[in-house]
Amino acid sequence: MINVSKLKKGIVIDHIEAGHGYKIFSQLGLDALEDVVVLMRNVPSRKMGKKDLIKIETDIHLDLTVLGLIDPNVTINFVKDGALIRKEKLQLPAVVEGILECKNPRCISKYQKINDIKFYLIDEKTKEYRCEYCDTATSF
Amino acid sequence: MLKGRHLIEPSEFSIDELEEIFGLADSIIQKPEDYSEICKNKLLASLFYEPSTRTKFSFDAAMLRLGGEVIGFSDPNTSSVAKGETLKDTIITISNYVDIVVVRHPQEGTAKLMAKYALVPVINAGDGGHQHPTQTLTDLLTIRHYKKSLNNHCIAVCGDLKFGRTIHSLVKAMHRYQDVKFIFISPEELKIPRYIKDLLEPGSYFETTNLDKVIGKADILYMSRVQRERFVSEYEYLRLKDYFILTPEKMLRAKDDMIVMHPLPRVNEIAEEVDSDKRAVYFHQAKFGMYVRMALIVKLLGLE
Ligand SMILES: [Zn+2]
Repeated sequence: MINVSKLKKGIVIDHIEAGHGYKIFSQLGLDALEDVVVLMRNVPSRKMGKKDLIKIETDIHLDLTVLGLIDPNVTINFVKDGALIRKEKLQLPAVVEGILECKNPRCISKYQKINDIKFYLIDEKTKEYRCEYCDTATSF
Repeated sequence: MLKGRHLIEPSEFSIDELEEIFGLADSIIQKPEDYSEICKNKLLASLFYEPSTRTKFSFDAAMLRLGGEVIGFSDPNTSSVAKGETLKDTIITISNYVDIVVVRHPQEGTAKLMAKYALVPVINAGDGGHQHPTQTLTDLLTIRHYKKSLNNHCIAVCGDLKFGRTIHSLVKAMHRYQDVKFIFISPEELKIPRYIKDLLEPGSYFETTNLDKVIGKADILYMSRVQRERFVSEYEYLRLKDYFILTPEKMLRAKDDMIVMHPLPRVNEIAEEVDSDKRAVYFHQAKFGMYVRMALIVKLLGLE
C-alpha cells in the first residue's frame, strides 16, 4: 500500500467537506502539476463524519484564495522536511475572476460570451460578490 | 478631468465633476450661440439596441446643437450588428469612426462592457433596468436650476419606489449633498428597498402612504408612475391609486416654491389641471435633459 500520510514537503488541504475535494482539485488546476498530488475522498473523520483531503508534494506557489470561496472551513498545512511549519486561515478573495457566474438573467453576460467576468466582494459574512457589469450580488 | 471618461453610472462622477458639467450647462443655457460650433467635425455614434425615441432625440439634438454630427441606428434589426457580431467587436470597430459613443441596450451591464473595449468615451443611455445616468443628471440640473442649489432640500418622491430605477438613482445621487431630507410616499407593497434606506442617515427620511399629509413639507415633489400590474389585485389598485395621484386640491397644501418633477411619460399620476400650475416643471425637464447632455458631450470630448 502506498503511504500517503507522511509528506516531506508541500501542502495538505485538510477538512474539506466530503464531495468538495474534486471541485478544489480542478479549481486549483492540480491536474496540470507534474508533482505528486493525492486526492483522498470520503476519509473517515471524527469531527466531520467523512471528509476529503488533498496532499500536494510541491514547492511551487499555489493561489489558494479561491478555496475561501468553495469551502471556507478547510485547513491548509504547509509542510517542510516532514514537519508542519505553518497553518493558514482562509480569507475571501477581494476580487474573483472566472469562477463565479452572474445570477441575474438580464445580465449582458447571459447573452454574450464574456470571459473572466470580475466579481468584487461586497459582504464577507454572506460571501456575496458583485458582478462587474450589472452589479447583481452573487455567491458561489 | 472629464476628458476621455465614460459615463456608465451616475455615481461615477464626484460632486465637483458634476458641478463642472452643471456649470457648463448653465453657460450653454445662457448663451447657446457661443457653443453652436464647438463640436464641429466631431462625430457621435448613437447605438440604440432598443427603441427609445425620447432619449435618442435628446442626445441627437444635443450633438447637433453643438455643431457636431450623429450616425447610428435606432433599431438593431435593420443593421449589420444583428448578424452575430459581439458587442466587443462592434465597439472596437465603431471606435475607429467616431469621437464619442452613446449606447442603449436592453441587457444590464452592456454599456460597462462596451466602455471596457472602447477607444473613445461611452455614455450609457440606459441598460435595461440597471442604470440611466443622464436621466439622473437631468434631474439634478433641473433641481439646481429651480432651487439654485442641490443642498438643503426636502425631497418627496412618490409612486412606485420599489421598482423605479429613476427614483433609486435620484436618491443615491441626492444623498451625497448636504442636509437633504427624503419623504418616501408609496403603497405598502411598493416601498423603497432596504438597501437604499441603508445608505441614508437615520432620521433623514420618512416613509408614508399618504401624499396629502406630507406635501406641505416638500421643496421638491418627484412623481412617478404606479403601474396597475404592480398591485396584488384590481381592488387594491382602485382603493389606493388616489393616494398617489397629484391633484390641484393637493397642490393647495404645497409650498409656493415647491417644484413638481416627473421623468415622463406620465399616465394619470398627475392630473392635467396641475400642468398650468407654475410649480409644475416636468415639461421643462426635457429641455434641461438636452442641455446637460450638451455639457456632458463637450466635457467628455475635452473641448472645454
Ligand atoms: Zn451580471
